[in-house]
Amino acid sequence: MKKLSLICVLFVILMLGACGDSRVHSQAVYMLVDTSGTYAQEIGKATKIINYLLATLNPGDSLAVAKVETRSFTEKDIVAKVTFDKRPSQATLQKRAFKSKIEEFSKEIKGTAFTDITGGLLQGAEYLNETKAGTKTIVIFSDMQEELGKGTIRDFPIKLDGIRIVALNVTKLKTDNADPRIYLDRLARWEERARKAGATDWVMVNDLENNMESILNPR
Amino acid sequence: MIDWHSLLFWPDQVALSVLALAILVMLFLYAARRPMHGVIHSTCHLVTQSTRFLSRWLFLVAENMRLRNQSVLLSHSQENAATVIEREFERVGNIIRKDMHEFPALQRKLTEEVTRIEEDYRKCGEVPPPPPEWVDAIESVSNLKSGGDVPRKLLEDIGKSIQKIHDKIVSEYRRAYEDRHKILKGMQPSWRSVDKAISEMDKKMLTLQGNAKQIDGHMAKFEGMRAKDAKTENALTSSAFVQLAISALVMVIAMGGAFINYKLIALPMSEMVGASDYIGDNLKTSDVAALVIILMEASMGLFLLESLRITQLFPKIASMDDRMRHRLMLASLIFLIILAAIESSLALMRDMLISDKASLMRDLASVAPAAEDGWFTRIPMAGQMIMGFVLPFALAFVAIPLESTVHSLRTVIGVLLVQTLRGAAFLIRFIGVLFKRIAKVLELVYDIPIVIPVMIEGWVVASRSRPPEIAPATPERPAKKGSAS
Repeated sequence: MKKLSLICVLFVILMLGACGDSRVHSQAVYMLVDTSGTYAQEIGKATKIINYLLATLNPGDSLAVAKVETRSFTEKDIVAKVTFDKRPSQATLQKRAFKSKIEEFSKEIKGTAFTDITGGLLQGAEYLNETKAGTKTIVIFSDMQEELGKGTIRDFPIKLDGIRIVALNVTKLKTDNADPRIYLDRLARWEERARKAGATDWVMVNDLENNMESILNPR
Repeated sequence: MIDWHSLLFWPDQVALSVLALAILVMLFLYAARRPMHGVIHSTCHLVTQSTRFLSRWLFLVAENMRLRNQSVLLSHSQENAATVIEREFERVGNIIRKDMHEFPALQRKLTEEVTRIEEDYRKCGEVPPPPPEWVDAIESVSNLKSGGDVPRKLLEDIGKSIQKIHDKIVSEYRRAYEDRHKILKGMQPSWRSVDKAISEMDKKMLTLQGNAKQIDGHMAKFEGMRAKDAKTENALTSSAFVQLAISALVMVIAMGGAFINYKLIALPMSEMVGASDYIGDNLKTSDVAALVIILMEASMGLFLLESLRITQLFPKIASMDDRMRHRLMLASLIFLIILAAIESSLALMRDMLISDKASLMRDLASVAPAAEDGWFTRIPMAGQMIMGFVLPFALAFVAIPLESTVHSLRTVIGVLLVQTLRGAAFLIRFIGVLFKRIAKVLELVYDIPIVIPVMIEGWVVASRSRPPEIAPATPERPAKKGSAS
C-alpha cells in the first residue's frame, strides 16, 4: 500500500513537473492611447476597448495601457500595467483594480500638443519583449497623425520583431476629408514602417462595435 | 514525344513498314514462344506454391491460436465455474450449518412428542371394564327361588352399591378424561410449533434442493469444459461477446459520468495548478490534473472492489491475508472519501469562480448587478457539490465492467484474429488457385499474335508425323467389254 501511494504521488509530481513553459501560450498587450489635441475626447471608446481586453485576457497574460504624449518613450507614460496571476480568482481581482485605475486616468486626462507614436511604439516593444509572452500585440488607439515636438528625434529604423500592430479607431482629419489620399498614404506609410521593423502583422480596426475580435490573436 | 516515324523502315510507306514490323515482331514472338511459356508457367507456379505455403502456414497459425484461445477461455471459464460452485457449496454449507444442525435434536423431540401423544391417545381411548364379579353375584341372587324379600333386598343393596361404585368410577373416569384432554390441549401449541418447524424445515429442504440442482447445472457445465466439447466452447464464446457488449455499454455510461466529473473540477483545478500552465502545446495542466484526480478515484475504487474480492484483476490482492486485505480496503475507502470531499469542495469553488467572473463581466460592461434571487439560486451550487461527492463513488464501480471487458475482450479479440487469419489464408489460397489457372490463359493470350506461325507449325508437324502414305493401288480398269473378246 505504501508503494502504491508512493507511485501515485510520484505520478502526480511528474505530471505537474512536466508542465511546459506557460509564457509561450500567454499574450501580452500594450495599448497606446492618443491623448493629443481633440483625440483626447475619444477616451470613452478607449475605455471600452480596455474593458474588452480585460474581459478577454486570461490568467498569465499581460496588459499595459500607456498614453501618447509629446514624448512617449518613457515608463512614466504607462498608466497601468499588470501580469495576471495564474489563479483565476486573483486574476479577477487584478482586473478590477486595473479597471479602477483606468477610470481614474480617464477622468484626469489632459490633451497634449504633440503626438509621439514612434516613442510609444518603442516603449511598448520594450515592455512586450520583457514579458516574454508567446503573442505580443501593440494596440494603437490614435488617428496615426504623428506630430513631433522640437528636438524629438524619431526618424530612425525601429525594431518590432514578433509584434502584431493593431491600429484602432483611426479617425479621418479635416485634411483627410479634403484629400483622402493623405489618409491612405498615412496608413500605408505606417504599415510599411511597421512591417520593415519586423512586425508580424498589421491590422486596422475602425468598426469597434462589430470587429473587436480582430484585436487579439485567436488562440 | 516519340517520333513514330523513326521506327518505320520506310517512312514514306507506312503500311508496308508496319506490316514488315508486325511480321518481324511475330517472328520474334514465335521464336521466343517456348521460353516465354516457360517463364509464364514458372512464375505462376512459383506464385501458386508460395501462396499455398503461406495459406497453409496461416491456417496453421489460426488453428494454433484457436487452440490457445480455447485453452485460455476454458481455463478462465473453469476458474469462474469453480468459484461459482464453491460459492454454491458455501451457501449450502451455511444452510446446513445454520439451519440443519438442530435437525437431530428436533427430530428426537418430535419422536418423543409423537410417542407421548400416541400413548395419551391410546389411554384416552380406553373404556373402563364392567365389574364382572357384580354381574355374577347378581345372577346368583336372581337364581334364588326362595327367601321372599331377601333376594330383592339383596339385589337392591347390590344395585345401590353398584350404582354408587359406578357413579364413582364414572366420575373418576370423566376426571381422568378431563385430565387427558387438558394434557392434549396443553400439547396443542407445541404441536403447532412442531408443525411450523417441520414446514420451515421443508422449505429449507426445498431451497437446498434448488441449490443442489444449480450445483448440478454448474457441474454439468464444468464437465463440458473439462471435456472441451464444442457446444460448451461456442456457448462460452458467445457469452464473451454478450459480456463485452454489456460491459462496453456500462463503460460508456461510466465515461459519461467521468466527463461530467471532469467538467466539474477542470476549472477550479486551475486555481491550484495555474490556468496558464501547459503540458506540451495544447494540453492545459489544470485539465490534466483534473483527469489525474478522476483516474485516481477510479483506481481507488478498483482497489476497494479488489480488496472486497468483488473483482479479481490483481491476483496479489486476492491472495493477500485477510488482515492485510482489510487494511487495503480501509485505506482505499479513506482515500476515496478524501478525494470525494476534495471534489465536492472543488465544485463549490467552481461555482464561486463562475459567479465572480460573471460579476466582473457585468462591471466591465457597466451593467447593473443582478438582483439576489433568493435561496433557489443556491440549488445548482448544492447540486454540484452533491454530484462532486457522489460521482467518485459511482465511478468506483467501473471496476466491475472493466474486469468483464478485460476478460471478454481477450476472447473476442482472439476469435476475431482467428477469423481474420482464416479469411486471409482463404484469400491467399484463392489467389494461388487463380494463378494456377491463369498460366494457361496467359500462354493462350501470348499465342494470339503469333497464331499464323503456330498454325503453320501445326501443319508442318502434322504432315511430318503422318505416316508415309501407301500409294493407293491403281484399280484395275475393268476390261472393256468386248475388248477381251
